[in-house]
Amino acid sequence: MKTAVIVFPGSNCDRDAAVALERVTGRPAAMIWHGDSALPEGLDLVMVPGGFSYGDYLRSGAVSARSPIMQDLVRRAGEGLPVLGVCNGFQVLTEAGLLDGALMRNAGLRFICEKAPLRVETADTRFTRAYGDRKDVTIPIAHHDGNFFADDETLDRLEGEGQVAFRYAANPNGSARDIAGITNAAGNVLGMMPHPERAVDPALGGTDGLGVFESLLGGRS
Amino acid sequence: MSEINPRYADGIDEQVALEHVTAEEYETILTELGRAPNRVELGIFSVMWSEHCSYKSSRVHLAKFPTTGERVVYGPGENAGVVDIDDGEVAVFKMESHNHPSFIEPYQGSATGVGGILRDVFTMGARPVALMNALRFGSPDHPKTRQLVSGVAAGIGGYGNCVGVPTVGGETNFHPGYNGNILVNAMAVGLAKREGIFTAAAREVGYPVLYVGAKTGRDGIHGATMASAEFGEGSEEKRPTVQVGDPFTEKKLIEACLELMTENAISSIQDMGAAGLTSSSVEMASSGGLGIELDLDHVPQRETGMTAYEMMLSESQERMLIILKPGAEPVAERIFRKWDLDVATIGRTTDTSRLVLKHKGEIVCDLPLDPIGEKAPKYRRPYTEAAKPAAVDPKSIADPADLGAALLTVMSSPDMASKRWIWSQYDRHVMADTVASSEDPADAAIVRIHGRDKALAITTDCTPRYCFADPREGGRQAVAEAWRNLTAVGADPIAITDCLNFGNPERPEIMAQFVGCVEGMAEACEALSFPVVSGNVSLYNETDGKAIPPTPAVGAVGLIPDVAVRAGYGGMAEDMVLLVVGETAGALGASIYLREIEGREEGAPPPVDLAAEKRNGDFVRAEIRAGRAKIVHDLSEAGIAGAVADMAMASGAGAKLAYSGELPLAAWLFGEDQARYLIAADETTAATIRENAIKAGVPVEVAGIAGGDAITVNGGHALDVTRLKRANEAWLPDFMAGGEVMAAE
Repeated sequence: MKTAVIVFPGSNCDRDAAVALERVTGRPAAMIWHGDSALPEGLDLVMVPGGFSYGDYLRSGAVSARSPIMQDLVRRAGEGLPVLGVCNGFQVLTEAGLLDGALMRNAGLRFICEKAPLRVETADTRFTRAYGDRKDVTIPIAHHDGNFFADDETLDRLEGEGQVAFRYAANPNGSARDIAGITNAAGNVLGMMPHPERAVDPALGGTDGLGVFESLLGGRS
Repeated sequence: MSEINPRYADGIDEQVALEHVTAEEYETILTELGRAPNRVELGIFSVMWSEHCSYKSSRVHLAKFPTTGERVVYGPGENAGVVDIDDGEVAVFKMESHNHPSFIEPYQGSATGVGGILRDVFTMGARPVALMNALRFGSPDHPKTRQLVSGVAAGIGGYGNCVGVPTVGGETNFHPGYNGNILVNAMAVGLAKREGIFTAAAREVGYPVLYVGAKTGRDGIHGATMASAEFGEGSEEKRPTVQVGDPFTEKKLIEACLELMTENAISSIQDMGAAGLTSSSVEMASSGGLGIELDLDHVPQRETGMTAYEMMLSESQERMLIILKPGAEPVAERIFRKWDLDVATIGRTTDTSRLVLKHKGEIVCDLPLDPIGEKAPKYRRPYTEAAKPAAVDPKSIADPADLGAALLTVMSSPDMASKRWIWSQYDRHVMADTVASSEDPADAAIVRIHGRDKALAITTDCTPRYCFADPREGGRQAVAEAWRNLTAVGADPIAITDCLNFGNPERPEIMAQFVGCVEGMAEACEALSFPVVSGNVSLYNETDGKAIPPTPAVGAVGLIPDVAVRAGYGGMAEDMVLLVVGETAGALGASIYLREIEGREEGAPPPVDLAAEKRNGDFVRAEIRAGRAKIVHDLSEAGIAGAVADMAMASGAGAKLAYSGELPLAAWLFGEDQARYLIAADETTAATIRENAIKAGVPVEVAGIAGGDAITVNGGHALDVTRLKRANEAWLPDFMAGGEVMAAE
C-alpha cells in the first residue's frame, strides 16, 4: 500500500503519522510539502496529520485548507482516493469542504489531552471494517478545538447515512451528538479528532488505533 | 572616583546611569573604557551585568558543582548540557526559570519560558523530545493564585502543544511563601548524534553573521534587568518588559535550523534569549576570543523607527544568531525562506575583540568584549547561616485517633492532590515515544529514544520546606530525590540540570540559603556521581522585602537500556507483599504530615545519608534489572503512607499495613526518611528480594500485604481507596472552579 503524509508549516504529528503508516504497511510514507501542486500517482491513502498548521491562526485549518496541495487533494478525493484527517487534519478537511461541519473551541475552553474511550459507530466503512464486532476502543485525544458542530439537518443526515464513524463514550469537548469522527458521503474521506496513529504501539500503552490503518490495508471496499 | 571627564555622555546624567548600573559599576565602566559610555553602550552594560546574564552573585559558588563524568560531553557554559547515551547518541538538556515575567503576565511569561528553553536545546543541534516543568504558586487562599495557575498552565500548554514537543512531567507546590513571586521553571530535553552537536563560540575571523527567525520588535526590552530585581509597588507596570511568544514561528525555526544543520553551513549558533541580540553576539564573539561587527540597519524589524538601543535590548522571541561558513548564505536563505522566516546577514566576525555596532551609517557602540562578557563583575556576597532547627522527636507527636482520616487529609492537601487539571492541558503523547508521563504511575517520565529500545527517564525535584529549614540538607535532598526517582523506574541516573530560585542575594541570610543549598547539592552530586551539566540562577524573587522559600529545583536525566525492563507503581494486586527498602526512623521534621495534620511548619528536615542512598538505590535498580522488582515507588513526601496511597489509587487495590515496632504509628507511616523505596511483589519474589537485601546489607522490612478495597493499619483506620482517589482528584478542579475546597467528605 502506497501512502503519503501532507506537511504544513506547523504540522507536528507528521512524523507520528509516517511511523504508524510504515509500521502497518511496511513501506515508508511519502512526505508531501504543502506548497507542492500535485500528489504522487498511485497512492492508496493520504493522511492529513495533526498539529498546529499555521499556528491555528485565523481558524484552525483555515489557512492550510488554501495551500497549493489542497486543490489536488480535493480533486483526487473526489475521484475516490482515501483521505484520513486526524485532529488538525480533520479541521483542515472541514475547512476544505471535504467533510461536513466545523470544529469549534472545546466547551471547557481548555486544551484536553487524555486517553478517550470511543465507540466504533459503524464497521461498515473502509476505515473501520477491521474493528468488526468490536465497539469499545480507547484512543488518545489532544486538542483545543475539537468541539464538532453542524446544524441538526446535517447531523441527522450524517447519522442516517452511517457517516458517523466514532463517538465519544464520555464527551470531552461538547461535540454535537458526541461525534468524534465522520466520513464523507462517498465514504473515502475520514476526519477524526482522536489520534489513531498514537495508538499503534504496545510499548506506548495501547493499539486500539491500529484498526483504522488495518482497515485500509484490505484494499478498496 | 575616576578622573574621566566628561563623566556622562550626551543625553545621560547620573540618574540615567543609575537606572542602568550601580554607582560602583559605573565607575568600573569609566575605568575600563577610559571614557563615558553612550546610551547604547550603557544599555549593553546594564543587561550584560544584570544578575540574570552575568551570574555575578552566584558564579563563585557555582564553581563548587562537580561538572564532569564519564558520560558528560558538554557541561555548563554551553546553551545546554550534553551527555552520552551510547550508540553515538547524546541527550541535551537544561532547565531555566521564567519567574518574574510569569508573575506579571502568566500566559506569555510561562509560554516564552518554554520557548526559551527549547531554543537552548535545538541551538545545539538536538531535536527537542520532552518538556518538563516545576511550578510553585502562592497559597490557594491568595486572591491571585487561581488566575496564575490558570494562566501558567495554559501558557505552558499553549506553547509546547503547538510546537509539538510532549510535556511529560513536572511538579507543582502551593505555599504562602510564593504569594508575591511564583516560580515557573521549564526543562527541555533533546536528542542528537554525538558528532552533530553545535556550539556557540565564534571560530574564524571574517565569517558572516546571520540573523534568522522572527523580526525584532519593542517587546521584552530590559527583560533581563526586570528579572534581576525585586518586585514592589508598581510591578504591574512592568508588563511591557514581558516577551510575547509565537510557538508557530518556533516550530518553523526548529525545523529550519535542524535542516540547515545537515548542510555543513554553520560554524556556530546561538539563540537570542535574555538580552537578545546583545548577549548572543557578545557571547559568541567573547567565548571564541574574537570580535564582532553588526550593522543594525539590516536587522529585520517589526516596527519602524527602532533605535539601536531598542534593537540591542529587545527580547523578541524566536530569533537565532548564526555564524555561517563563508559561501553558505544561499543555502541558508533557501531553507529559511522555505519556512517563511526572516533571514539577513547583519555583520561579520572580526579579530578586534570588540563589539562594534553601526546604525544609519554611524558607529553607535564600540566596546571591548572582555569587560562585558568574560570579565563581568563577580561578587563574593557576605552570608550568615541561620541556626539549624532542632530535630522533631517522633515520640513527641501523638497518633491521631483515625490514621485513615489523616491520610485522606494529607492526600487531598494542595501539594499532594492530583495535578490532573494542569497536566491534562499538556499534549503528553505527540512524537509517539512517550512511555510514561504525568498520567502514569511512575516516579519519572519515560521517553523512548526514537526507533530504539532504550529510553530516557526524566524528573524534576525539590522540597522547598526542607531547604528553608536547612539549606544544606535541603540541597542534598533535592539531588538525592531526583536520583532516587530515576532509580525507581530502573534508570541509570546520568546527570542533572538545575534552576536555583532564591530571594535577594544582597541580604546575608538569603545568600546563606543560596550557598547552603549549592554546597549541599554539590555534596550529593559528588557522592552519587551525578554531575551538573547545565543550569540557571534566578535571584531577587522577593516582593516588598519578603523572599520566596529557597527553591533549588533539580532536573535530572537517566538512561533505561531496555525500556521493557522498567518499574512503575501501578499494578499492585491482591496478596502482594509490600517491602520497604531502607531504614525508617520516623523523620517528621518539616514533613507534610506535621504541616497538614499538626499545623506546624518546623523542625529539622530528614537527614540525607548519601552512602545509604547510593547503596539502597543501586540495590533496587539491580532488582528491577533482574526483572524481580516491577512495582516500585520512591518514598518521599508523606512517607510509606503517601506511597501506599499512590500505589492503591493507581491499581485500585487496598493494602493491609502492619507495624509493631517502637515508633508511633504516625511517624512510621508518614515519616519522610530518605533513601527508601516501596516494592510490591508476589510472595515468592518478595522473599527473594528480601534475602538479597539482607545479603547486600540493605535494610528491609515487610510493611504489609496488598488486598481489599481499603488501606488499613494494624487492622483498623480503614480508608476506602475509591474515596481516597475521589478526594485526591477533586481538590484542584474544585479549587479552580472557585468552589469550596472539598473537605474529607
